[in-house]
Amino acid sequence: MLNMDWAVFCRDTLTGDVVAGCLGEGRDITYLNWIFSAWGWTVSVSLTALLLALVAGSLIGVIRTLPDSPWLVRFGDAWVELFRNVPLLVQIFLWYHVVPALIPPMKNLSPFVLVVCALGFFTSARIAEQLRAGIQALPRGQRYAGMALGFTTPQYYRYVILPMAYRIIVPPLTSESMNIFKNSSVAFAVSIPELTQYALQVGEETSRPIEIYLAVTLLYVISALVINRIMAFVEKRAQVPGFVAAGTGAGGH
Amino acid sequence: MNLDFSIVNWNLIQGFILKGLWFSVMLTVIATLGGIFFGTILALMRLSGKRWLDAPAAFYVNGMRSIPLVMVILWFFLLVPFIIGRPIGAEYSSIITFVAFEAAYFSEIMRAGIQSIPRGQVFAGQALGMSYSQNMKLVVLPQAFRNMLPVLLTQTIILFQDTSLVYAIGAYDMLKGFDVAGKNFGRPVEAYLAAAVAYFVICYSLSWAVKRLHKKIAIIR
Repeated sequence: MLNMDWAVFCRDTLTGDVVAGCLGEGRDITYLNWIFSAWGWTVSVSLTALLLALVAGSLIGVIRTLPDSPWLVRFGDAWVELFRNVPLLVQIFLWYHVVPALIPPMKNLSPFVLVVCALGFFTSARIAEQLRAGIQALPRGQRYAGMALGFTTPQYYRYVILPMAYRIIVPPLTSESMNIFKNSSVAFAVSIPELTQYALQVGEETSRPIEIYLAVTLLYVISALVINRIMAFVEKRAQVPGFVAAGTGAGGH
Repeated sequence: MNLDFSIVNWNLIQGFILKGLWFSVMLTVIATLGGIFFGTILALMRLSGKRWLDAPAAFYVNGMRSIPLVMVILWFFLLVPFIIGRPIGAEYSSIITFVAFEAAYFSEIMRAGIQSIPRGQVFAGQALGMSYSQNMKLVVLPQAFRNMLPVLLTQTIILFQDTSLVYAIGAYDMLKGFDVAGKNFGRPVEAYLAAAVAYFVICYSLSWAVKRLHKKIAIIR
């Protein structure tokens, strides 16, 4: 078990021969080529889903805090409960098998789009919840101050509330962005050729699962670290001097 | 497309779902209890102030938390037979995996809970002449458990949802039950919809109960 054979990555995926230089060309790819392409799928699924989650999550998070719109608030609450109480794998099956069957125009969508929808909307519920908490953590006076200045509702959200709320929720957003990379692994179940699918398939094909799993795990850890550093940079750049985010102050519960 | 939910009846539930639901619930309960047990040990190691205890615990916890659960499930399914020297079923492998994985998450909840206890409590215990273990057992942990109960229960609900990922190694849980039933009757669309409803009803009622409990605890404190 401990005699590892890292040359497995230099093998051609069709012939199984070790390729000089480890990287194949054209159609003759090695397992090293393949793992990079799988990493690319993981990254593109995750980043696209993160974008969708940020847009949908912000929208839902905002309408859950609107004053005087009980129906919008209820809609937002229902959205969050719906996407939070069904396991991600089930949601992926719903998008992949059920939605195209029920809505004929969705039949032509690629698996990539369907998985991004699943992962994005799943995460949007969590981001909506965080944004709502962030907005409600702001002193109420901020909202009233905006109103008193004659801002319309979209205006005081845009210029007063959201700039502060987003800064407050950078730490939970960081862990959510890291989660989305981890959660993208669930896409293996619908044959998206991402890292976990690669681990399953190539681990079996080469009979070298330990080396394959180690490499895949390492790539996940690297992805998480990179996201973590990027978000730390964002947090630092966006910081308002003298303002300490509510969550980080005197350790509450 | 016409939906036909007549396949979702008591026979199907009895034949395919209950067995899976039982496994999902059992896995959740064992992983919660085991996770709390090992998680407490990990949390105490991290808070011990001794480097040789803190460093390995931190490595374990951070390592587990940065790897996707599906990969952890695959790793254990691959490695456990090597370590114990004989083949192991997907069900047993899932149980070991989830205890080990949840221990890392529960330990972080524990650590936050223990750190939420004011230092004065610890000092008061020391002033009364209590040893470290007495202080932990009689003063800190009872209060910490109460503070973190809602978070622990929420994590348990997430854990119940995560048990569906044993799909990766083919263990028979509730989702697998719906999956198999849908394929057997040629009605996968209805089966997946029914699975979503089942998970939603269970998780929504549990989180509603946790919310109520949270309110109750908050008033007493």
